[in-house]
Amino acid sequence: MIPTAFDYLAPTTVEEALSALAQHGDDAKIMAGGQSLLPVLRMRLNAPEMVIDLGRIDSLRGVRDDGDAIVIGAMTPHFEVAKDPLVTEHAALIPKAIEHLADAQVRHRGTFGGALAHADPAGDLGAPALALGAQFVIAGSGGTRTVGADEFFVDLFETAIGEDEILTEVRVPKHTGWGAHYEKFVRVVHQWPIVAVAAAVRMDGGSIAEARVGLTNMGSTPIRARAVEAALVGAAPTDDGVRAAAEQAAEGTNPPSDLNGDADYRRHLARVLTRRAVVAAAGG
Amino acid sequence: MTAVQDAPAAPQKEIGRDRRRKEDQRLITGRTRWTDNITLPGMLHLAMVRSPHAHARIVSIDTAEAKTSTNVVDVLTGADLGEGQGVNINAWPITPDQVTPTHVPMPSDRVACAGEIVACVVARSAAEARDAAELVDVEWEVLPAVLDLKKAAADEVLAHPDLGTNKSAYWKFDSEEAGTGGNVDEAIAKARTDGIVIEREYRQQRLIPAFMEPRSVVVDPTGEQITMWSATQIPHILRFALAATTGVPESKIRVIAPDVGGGFGGKLQTTPEEFIAWAVARRLGKPIKYTETRSESLVSGHHGRDQWQRLTLAAEKDGTVTGLKVDLLADLGAYVAIVGGGVPVLGAFMFNSIYKFPAYQFGVQTVLTNSTWTDAYRGAGRPEATYAIERLMDELAVEVGVDPIAIREKNWINADEFPFTTVAGMEYDSGDYAAATARAKEMLGYDELRAEQKRRRESNDPVQLGIGVSTFTEMCGLAPSRVLGSLDYGAGGWEHASVRMLATGKVEIVTGASAHGQGHETAFSQIVADRLGVAFEDVEVLHGDTQISHKGLDTYGSRSLVVGGEALVKATDKVIERAKPIAAHMLEASADDIEFSGGRFSVRGTDQGVAIAEVAMAAFAAHDLPDGVEPSIDSEATYDPVNFNFPHGTHLCAVEVDTETGGVKMRKYACCDDIGNIINPLIVSGQVHGGLVQGIAQALWEEALFDESGTLVTGSFVDYLLPTSADTISFDIDHTTSPSLTNTLGTKGVGEAGTIASTPAVVNAVVDAIRHFGVNDVRMPCTPERVWKAIHANDGGDPTERAAMPHFGDEDVAGNQETPGASSTEGAGA
Repeated sequence: MIPTAFDYLAPTTVEEALSALAQHGDDAKIMAGGQSLLPVLRMRLNAPEMVIDLGRIDSLRGVRDDGDAIVIGAMTPHFEVAKDPLVTEHAALIPKAIEHLADAQVRHRGTFGGALAHADPAGDLGAPALALGAQFVIAGSGGTRTVGADEFFVDLFETAIGEDEILTEVRVPKHTGWGAHYEKFVRVVHQWPIVAVAAAVRMDGGSIAEARVGLTNMGSTPIRARAVEAALVGAAPTDDGVRAAAEQAAEGTNPPSDLNGDADYRRHLARVLTRRAVVAAAGG
Repeated sequence: MTAVQDAPAAPQKEIGRDRRRKEDQRLITGRTRWTDNITLPGMLHLAMVRSPHAHARIVSIDTAEAKTSTNVVDVLTGADLGEGQGVNINAWPITPDQVTPTHVPMPSDRVACAGEIVACVVARSAAEARDAAELVDVEWEVLPAVLDLKKAAADEVLAHPDLGTNKSAYWKFDSEEAGTGGNVDEAIAKARTDGIVIEREYRQQRLIPAFMEPRSVVVDPTGEQITMWSATQIPHILRFALAATTGVPESKIRVIAPDVGGGFGGKLQTTPEEFIAWAVARRLGKPIKYTETRSESLVSGHHGRDQWQRLTLAAEKDGTVTGLKVDLLADLGAYVAIVGGGVPVLGAFMFNSIYKFPAYQFGVQTVLTNSTWTDAYRGAGRPEATYAIERLMDELAVEVGVDPIAIREKNWINADEFPFTTVAGMEYDSGDYAAATARAKEMLGYDELRAEQKRRRESNDPVQLGIGVSTFTEMCGLAPSRVLGSLDYGAGGWEHASVRMLATGKVEIVTGASAHGQGHETAFSQIVADRLGVAFEDVEVLHGDTQISHKGLDTYGSRSLVVGGEALVKATDKVIERAKPIAAHMLEASADDIEFSGGRFSVRGTDQGVAIAEVAMAAFAAHDLPDGVEPSIDSEATYDPVNFNFPHGTHLCAVEVDTETGGVKMRKYACCDDIGNIINPLIVSGQVHGGLVQGIAQALWEEALFDESGTLVTGSFVDYLLPTSADTISFDIDHTTSPSLTNTLGTKGVGEAGTIASTPAVVNAVVDAIRHFGVNDVRMPCTPERVWKAIHANDGGDPTERAAMPHFGDEDVAGNQETPGASSTEGAGA
């Protein structure tokens, strides 16, 4: 399909991008890989007059070590994030999720920050970012600010990023030595998840010392399953050990009903997949 | 010309060789032109304005703003095009009184389904046409729409109010009336007393043929002859339809199907888009191109399947089948498409399948709804039939308490009973169901998997194993013209071929079949290479252009090899016969003493001979031909078979069902197909693998759904779940060989077999895995949610509730039974 005609800017610095955004305001749309934006434009579901492509801003690309966190540039393509040694060592949950994200083409073109800023509740990166307590660095004309994951996801396709702001990087607290697993349930592999569960677990001795659990597509935003996390402390990393805690996975969720399943079925899936994700993350 | 003395070594036989497809290099590297690649001087582009409503009156269309848009040449409505746009025809009125709404490509008063075209923009580029199409302002008066098949059959809301009914035609076959069997109602009544009666209602969901290349059409009206390029399966039929309904003499029309990227039946239509492009090009005198988007393809290309099947199977207590009664409701969509109601009728002869039913009755009510029209989709009628009977045979096995293969063995036609005339009146020429089944069981490891299933069930494993059986047959090689005529089909079923012997020793063959991905060029080259003793590489296959291939009936219904291939055989035989007198003259012998073998004509009992290429050269030069002999050995043949052919096979599928999520994972799939003699095993494997995936996709993934207002909910591949190779497993395929007796090559069709056979194998496996939860059906596609809910349907409820439902009454087949998936079983084990 052919999109409506639009103008195109490809700034090479964040400052240029911000000033273009300030100039064009509502008429502009940021492109950060374009894997969600372009289909929308081609199906004429949106028709911005200006597309500002962040793809040439080198400073937004790459992963660095920053003490107790790793910092992922917003424009780092998924496949680069997934193979980065810092990420695999300190935030293993993220590559586990990327492994299941769409298909190889999308993983090469799409970007880490682009996917998070798009805030599709069925996107695969929100739940891991939330579970790991990621912090989002947002640049605006007045400088940068940092927003925690709990405040970042506001609603369906809506984040804390202002209309004149750009997500520049994501700081992920190091979870060195934590086991991780992303349990995604789909009918065909290139599908968005019907439900998915991101789990990271720190073991101590034979039992779970700490756990982080994020849910994908169980509401209008990614959801942190805090009740499950609390109940997992001290649990044995087995089906039976985790079962009771996982039963709380659907609490406080508001999943959609669609062709792939109604809300009740999704709540059921959340419980089963949480148990499986946690056991797998714990190496069970 | 001197006779060559030394006979060369006979070349390796081509038939049976795993030849890689000779067309693939150009297809894969893009060294070809698909329709959308064709660019003509001064060519203009079309964009369509389509109805968002399922049923609406067109109050007004304001094209003024669109007309002033950049580089727009014209904006045309149905009123502008008028009668010159022709009609999209139904070629198969299944009854004399069939109710058939007129299908104008671009209506001017009313639309009957979403996606119907009401205006089109002509612009200098496709992008400008698309931009302007958004500026066309249509005022609609939305009318009540009927989308649900059963509701439509009740005639409360009419898809076409002027017709007075949604019921298009009722077509019936009864074995007692036809003299091919007994009275089915008596058989059922008897079984209710002392046997087994199984009644089920199955849903054949609506599917979308998702060919890889979207449909595209280019029309060049600038010469006296009008040329249309189209991504179609049926260039010859399209040419006929254009001539018959637009008033242009057939001799002034050239239709070209260049390389076409898949069809699966979805391109055997004559489409509104083709006719609109045709009308606009003629009106403006300029070449016109239209290429659909995928979204347009999904909503406006014809859909497939969409039936409710009410089935009653009668059997004796030991499982010997005694009768089968089939009542279908079939959704035509908003119009009766080119084959239309003929699709379920093609299934009428296959519900009895390989089993010896003594009594059979089939009835189908075709129904109009305000949805996308339906027509043939890979298998066309036969997948629906095979699904129904193979699901029923598994149910019968459960009732009798025997293995599903044993119940089939008890009832199938034995190898020594061929030829066998079935209760539906078909004569099956050859087959060996036991041999194919034995091989498939061995490949699957049937007994080991049954043992594993037992272990999992006993240990209450969260992952349960199910094994599904499908011992299918089908009728293919859609042809015998007399049979088609007796069914009121609008055309014959012959096929044409010609062979041109070029002076340089190369061979051009022209076929009326129109390949769109099947590999005709390779398989036909193999046949001709063997037949004429020439090199595979020296054979060129031409097709798809009505000016080159002037006669043909195109490609569908697994007919190209068994009908078109046989026409080719007959044409090559004529070449040899025509060459003999010339060869005899060259060898100074009597024609009666000439024999042909391995590409050489030789004098019987001597080592004297000439190669066929030399004869071709001699005919071309024509310097020294016998008196009265034409200077040509080119030949042609038109072949009309006397019967269909009946490939069969045994497909076995093992699935693991995750009872915690309802997820279905295929564990193993083994099939042994008997398709007679095989020309190219590699191509056959491709057909089987692709066919299997398409059939499995119906069982597990694909379903086209509309919402109540008639919007296609599955309007993109986000929601219409097409599998990729990542969703499939590696299949184990093999063959037994019972050559067909109805053609000289001994071949049977294979293009649809995998699709026909696999769907019930998969659903039988799913049901088998969870039957111990009280489940006897899962509606297709077997989504994880449906499977999980089926497992838990009887939690705390009465597990016999479903089986206690009353049996089908004798009320009108049009059906007022609201309960989907109704089922009951009487008799032993119920």
